[in-house]
Amino acid sequence: MSSHDHHDHDHHHHHDHDGGPRLSRRELIQQSGLIGAALLVSGSAVMSPDRAWAMETTALKPDTMATLIQLARDIYPHDHVADKFYAVAVKGHDTKAGTDAAHKDLIEQGIADLDKRAGAGGYRGLGWEEERVAILRQIEATPFFQTVRGGLVVSLYNQKEVWPLFGYEGESFSKGGYIKRGFDDIQWL
Amino acid sequence: MGAPYALDDSGVVVIIGSGAGGGTLGNELAQKGIDVVVLEAGKRHEFQDFINDEWDAFSQLSWLDARTTSGGWRVAKDFPGLPAWIVKAVGGSTIHWAGASLRFQPHEFKALTTYGQVAGANLLDWPVTSEELAPYYDKAEFKMGVTRTNEIAGLPGNNNYKVLKAGADKLGYKNCHTGRMAINSKERDGRQACQQTGFCFQGCKWGAKWSTLYSEIPKGEKTGKLEVRAESHVLKIEHDASGKVTGVVYADKDGKTQRQKARVVAVAGNSIESPRILLNSASSMFPNGLANSSGQVGRNYMRHMTGSVYAVFDKPVRMHRGTTMAGIISDESRHDPSRGFVGGYEMETLSLGLPFMAAFLNPGGWGRSFTTGLDNYEKMAGMWLVGEDMPQEQNGVTLHKEKKDKYGMPIPNVAFTDHANDIAMRNHAYKQGMAVYQAVGAIRTFPTPPYPSTHNLGTNRMSDKARDGVVNKWGQTHDIKNLFVSDGSQFTTGAAENPTLTIVALAIRQADYIAKAMGAKEI
Repeated sequence: MSSHDHHDHDHHHHHDHDGGPRLSRRELIQQSGLIGAALLVSGSAVMSPDRAWAMETTALKPDTMATLIQLARDIYPHDHVADKFYAVAVKGHDTKAGTDAAHKDLIEQGIADLDKRAGAGGYRGLGWEEERVAILRQIEATPFFQTVRGGLVVSLYNQKEVWPLFGYEGESFSKGGYIKRGFDDIQWL
Repeated sequence: MGAPYALDDSGVVVIIGSGAGGGTLGNELAQKGIDVVVLEAGKRHEFQDFINDEWDAFSQLSWLDARTTSGGWRVAKDFPGLPAWIVKAVGGSTIHWAGASLRFQPHEFKALTTYGQVAGANLLDWPVTSEELAPYYDKAEFKMGVTRTNEIAGLPGNNNYKVLKAGADKLGYKNCHTGRMAINSKERDGRQACQQTGFCFQGCKWGAKWSTLYSEIPKGEKTGKLEVRAESHVLKIEHDASGKVTGVVYADKDGKTQRQKARVVAVAGNSIESPRILLNSASSMFPNGLANSSGQVGRNYMRHMTGSVYAVFDKPVRMHRGTTMAGIISDESRHDPSRGFVGGYEMETLSLGLPFMAAFLNPGGWGRSFTTGLDNYEKMAGMWLVGEDMPQEQNGVTLHKEKKDKYGMPIPNVAFTDHANDIAMRNHAYKQGMAVYQAVGAIRTFPTPPYPSTHNLGTNRMSDKARDGVVNKWGQTHDIKNLFVSDGSQFTTGAAENPTLTIVALAIRQADYIAKAMGAKEI
């Protein structure tokens, strides 16, 4: 953890604009999305299989973004968390790649390396999580992997829309705390 | 004369830092009519400004100035730029502390006598005894409104506490309750009662938890004798040809260098910044830094033996609801070398929200072993383990040889490596912590590594003898009569207990001493 991670995250969700296939973070999250089905790439956008959401890339190749989303899920797999949240979590890499050539290289080359290691069908072509994870174990010490993983710690788990999926209730001051809302309601002990 | 004070007013006591030590000392001196200027590096946020959000509050409150780390501790690998999680704001770390207010046990003031020589450790007895400090503990507990003292009721137990208590009962532990907490169980001293909101580590938005920010400091300011100058980052302390300190150089909120004259200077910037300032104040007369004839400034850094145990059950716990540190088991705090280590440890409930749990459960961890733990966040209970660690001379704070902050001041490096005793104690504590939860049906337990240090101690330690300590029993430096240390850096050893109550007790006692010495014109 560092404040740096956090600041990166702060920038993730303010760079989208209205119109076109690009969705703002909020719009993206308001729409439904399938969990764990193959992502589609069309033009400069990554799309969910049911076309319920799409994310346009500006600096990274859309294929790279699609693989990043899969990579994010493989690093922090939560079967009850939809792809759209992983997409939001890695969107910042596209934003940063737009102004930081070194970052763009880090991500593009890192993803290209994953595809190369995976063989003919590329990283996303590997059907089993354990096949993909075996590749990740080979590269887990690289700056590429650590950059993606380190960023996700904040950009995935600090999405307020994700918290209810884990039973975390967030802010409570405005509701008067839990003194009358179950701070001691455990029954099973 | 009264606040605000002029920069060239050489009659003031200048206190560096406004936390448990500095904020308390400032109020105590002001109550006695002594003119005080508190220089605080951070901003002033009032408690209404605090944020019920872990990362946002972290950004708002934490000390994030550049630091480096070295040594064998895992923090140096996982959080190399963040050795300590402490607050940079008026009120210091009393803003985010949990509120646990425990007295040291009598034998803990006599670590060397009780434990004997421990190879590789730099143990000493405190020059203060439990009996000498007892009346000041009384005053500190009354001031802070500590539950289970002064006929103040304990806090009600939340879900996380109830799990801990049930496990403690099953294991046969006898000393488990909702703690001695500086959190109001009833309205007291103009502050309201705890609303079981959680987010104690993000600053209490009700003001129910004692903090110098809204208790000591406003009371001191009301006397007209206390001025708190926020965003004043101290760079060095100056002295005259006789070796007495004369004032403090600091960067103000605009980055402009200012010089505040002083009759007395008290350093209370926590155990990383306090030695950093003394070391950075080296002069031709004091080439190794101020008050450092012993060579002990910056050494013997302690951070408590810590670790956490989280456990997953088959039904919801919702540990994030209510007081963060909601209960304690003290049975393991005794000194009992048959366990394979000297000293003892406390087991205290702790909860993290999902964002911090993701960052701290197993830093660097990934994959299903990690995520299936988080999947059960709602069914988790958690405790923090905190025990006495061994002072070691090579653990400490030094000035970085190349890197400087924006004011040109060398940044601090924090070196730490566990002593074998620390490791043996942590392993025992993990085992007992996991047993507490397994006794009530835990499906899975997580022995979680130490977080960046919240308890930072020992880097200007107290000793009777000038040759092996920095300050005497009053926190007065052996080398310079009108220079004091007022924070946890003066601790000779760390004891098992959370340090704040002892810092406050020492500050109240030190205020009496300073007032008397000023009255007698000794300083």
